[in-house]
Amino acid sequence: MLDFPITTFDAEKPLTKKDFASASEVRWCPGCGDYAILATLQRFLPELKVPRENLVMVSGIGCAARFPYYMETYGMHTVHGRAPAVATGLKVMRPELEVWVISGDGDSLSIGGNHTLHAIRRNVNIKIMLFNNEIYGLTKGQYSPASEKGKITKSSPFGSIDEPVNPAAFALGSGSAFFARTVDVNPKHMMDVFRRAHAHQGACYIEILQNCVVFNDGAHEAASNKKTRAQNTIELQHGEPMLFDNGNKGIGFDANTRRPIILDLEKDPSLKEQVVVHDEKDETGSHAWMLAHMTLPEFPVPVGVFKAIESPAYDAELVDTTKSLTSKTKKDLQAIFEAGDVWDVD
Amino acid sequence: MTESVTIAKDTAEKSVSTENRVVIRFAGDSGDGMQLTGTEFTRAAALAGNDISTFPDFPAEIRAPAGTIGGVSGFQLHFASEAIYTPGDTPDVLVAMNPAALKKNIADLRKGGVVIANSSAFTANNLKKVKYEENPLDDDSLDDYRVVPIDMTAQVERALKDSGLSTKEMGRCKNFYALGLMYWMYNRDKARQEEWIRQKFAKKPAIADANIKAFNAGYNFGITTELIGETYEVAPVKMAPGRYRNIMGNQATVLGFVAAAQQSGLPLFYGSYPITPASDVLHGLAKHKDFGVTTFQAEDEIAAMAATVGAAYGGSLAITGTSGPGLALKGEALGLGAMMELPMVVLNVQRGGPSTGLPTKTEQSDLLQALYGRNGDSSLPVLAAASPGDCFHAAFEACRVAVKYMTPVILLTDGYVANGAEPWKIPDASALPAIDVKFGTDPNDYMPYRRDEETLARQWVVPGTPGMQHRVGGLEKDALTGDVSYDPQNHQDMTDNRRLKTEGIANDFPATTVEGDEDADLLMISWGGTYGSMKVGVLRAREQGMKVAHLHLRWINPLPKDTIDVLKRYKHHVCCELNNGQLTQVLRAHSLVDIQSYTKVEGKPLLVQEIVDLAQKYVG
Repeated sequence: MLDFPITTFDAEKPLTKKDFASASEVRWCPGCGDYAILATLQRFLPELKVPRENLVMVSGIGCAARFPYYMETYGMHTVHGRAPAVATGLKVMRPELEVWVISGDGDSLSIGGNHTLHAIRRNVNIKIMLFNNEIYGLTKGQYSPASEKGKITKSSPFGSIDEPVNPAAFALGSGSAFFARTVDVNPKHMMDVFRRAHAHQGACYIEILQNCVVFNDGAHEAASNKKTRAQNTIELQHGEPMLFDNGNKGIGFDANTRRPIILDLEKDPSLKEQVVVHDEKDETGSHAWMLAHMTLPEFPVPVGVFKAIESPAYDAELVDTTKSLTSKTKKDLQAIFEAGDVWDVD
Repeated sequence: MTESVTIAKDTAEKSVSTENRVVIRFAGDSGDGMQLTGTEFTRAAALAGNDISTFPDFPAEIRAPAGTIGGVSGFQLHFASEAIYTPGDTPDVLVAMNPAALKKNIADLRKGGVVIANSSAFTANNLKKVKYEENPLDDDSLDDYRVVPIDMTAQVERALKDSGLSTKEMGRCKNFYALGLMYWMYNRDKARQEEWIRQKFAKKPAIADANIKAFNAGYNFGITTELIGETYEVAPVKMAPGRYRNIMGNQATVLGFVAAAQQSGLPLFYGSYPITPASDVLHGLAKHKDFGVTTFQAEDEIAAMAATVGAAYGGSLAITGTSGPGLALKGEALGLGAMMELPMVVLNVQRGGPSTGLPTKTEQSDLLQALYGRNGDSSLPVLAAASPGDCFHAAFEACRVAVKYMTPVILLTDGYVANGAEPWKIPDASALPAIDVKFGTDPNDYMPYRRDEETLARQWVVPGTPGMQHRVGGLEKDALTGDVSYDPQNHQDMTDNRRLKTEGIANDFPATTVEGDEDADLLMISWGGTYGSMKVGVLRAREQGMKVAHLHLRWINPLPKDTIDVLKRYKHHVCCELNNGQLTQVLRAHSLVDIQSYTKVEGKPLLVQEIVDLAQKYVG
């Protein structure tokens, strides 16, 4: 059996952000949120102490999908929607590689919805990044399955009549054991989320609220703008009470209506006892489900790791089974040729 | 006519005659166990040393309504003491378990052939279901044949009356009764069959016993009945010395893939989605985990193809298998594999089309789809298997070419060879050729798309290799660096490179051989699973004094380099195929020779007689 090369990190030669930038000229529009994501990932990867040759970026089609060309790692720029399936084939045969999938809302949730579902369901240890700008950028401005109803675009001049898909709910419904959301303008937060995803053994679905400056500028303004961020987002921390607006408000839960509620702690500090504690490890899924349905203007947008539960990763199980069988019951080719009734002619 | 079981007859009165070839067709309801009966009788024939060829013919539905024509499941076996290549044009014996089986198949039975009918199923209700006004077993409609009506239900119930089984359970033993009768008729070794029954039903000894009793009841009926006065012997055929087994095409395909993986030292990835008639390849490979085989049941055909591309990028021998509709779905991702110039094999076990078509019937109508079914100038290497045993060699060859030329390869088989069986001379695993694989490991001046001078293949560099990180995808790329490039001349160069690479595969091919008469005026042409019918058809035509030559193609793209020269040696050409003339179109365009087309799109194999009649038209 041929041996695949797998190198270990040379501590004598630490990597820097520059080492992860390829020679290719980056061609996104000026002001595109993708620049920030690229820079953050390039800054983050040296920290992992994973050799560049052991990293593979897999993308589909879209502006986001140009990502692999700009990374000095192995990369596959595949076809629209199919990146999770390509990544699955790669990962099950080469589980020692670290595989990141880069996708947009059209790529991952429209044509690629089925493959996203199954990659998550199988819990293949790949990190899927969803660059959600709620529009089709590369093809110049059609609405996407994540676009709000009524959006006027080139393909919906009278306003779209589609209800959008909820990426978090979709991931959770697919059986996601790790879902996180972050924002392109918050590099520190993005890095924290990437760090968590890297550590998690199993499929990760990471929604990055990303701004398309040309075709859907300001879609995530409320959550992104530094001035309004504190009121409009809530940073999740496992085991910590869900506070936002600089501690002035908290998220409570009304057991009768089974809905989250806003608690005004400035008005009544005693309400602090009723603030829900964020639990990444809620096995019932109902906590993460609640987070998935918290949207503006009623609720602040939750960012951070919604859910992180360790469960057996598909590729690991598959490899374990193949490997253990290979070592235990080694048969020879002639034996399987001669399976069943054979007869000799002299 | 009386059915006698109580009168003992002296078996010495029954004559034994020798036959060179016999064709038996078993037919009954889908639930009647005809496939099992047929397969078991085939095994008996093979183990007795006969050459065999089979043709199972079942409906697409899992269990169609009982007693209807649509629910008839058939199994045809041709066994002989001489070399045979087809399951036979016309059966000599028809075993019909109910009126529907009789109605559907009687027209194919040769005049004077034997009908063994399960008369208990010929009830007024069953006759009405298939629009028989009278019971054909009683009137004179079957006067051209020798009819042997047997009340199998009563016979089996009598044999099993103390078994404790319900009527329904006893009814399910009827197929073994029919099998037992066949064993007697053709003088086969009972003991081996009884042993098989015991093993197969080891977990249900009561059923095993019942089946053995039913089997013997059928056998003994043959001994005592007046209805059949003779038995037959079909002597072993003189096969070349060696070790043999029966093999079906899908089984051979599995072994070919596993062998190629072994000989290349690569782990095998098989990504697939269940589809008739290819699913058995997935099932077969799934059992061989101990050969470093990983099978992946994907969520759909496209995911299977995409995962195959991913596995190939990672350095596995990556294979996906499907049928016609699945190949249609795989087009875009397969084009990606072609653009990325990675090795992979796409197996298409063809079936009746178009669209959902006839899932369990054979056809060879995906040739043009295989050649052209992707956007752009994306022709890929295409080869086809000629017989069940040849599936092994074709599968191995597909893998060899994929890896040597860094290209997807499409392997075409069909339902007929996939499910048909024949004796297979087992190869010596230690004598199989090696498949050389070398991953690129030298980062100095590494250019992802620099090509080998001879093969025009680029290097296979897998993730994990230090200093050779590169990005590839579906966009057109620079002819050397592999970076995205829209440069006009570069696109022309890359298009030329891809085409020349595929054409260069023919450099490995041996000189084309043509069977038949060297000085013939007529060349009959075929490809894929029609090989057997064509070979025997041409043989029979020549026996009748006609001069005919036969060219059978394995590789359709690229065509062998001497194809045009070969074609030009003959005055008349006719290409026979189970589609609307696809290879004919390809050969005419390639050679400008005025090749005629003979087509048949009935979901059935070519008959030997058709080929003889066709040759007659040209050569007379």
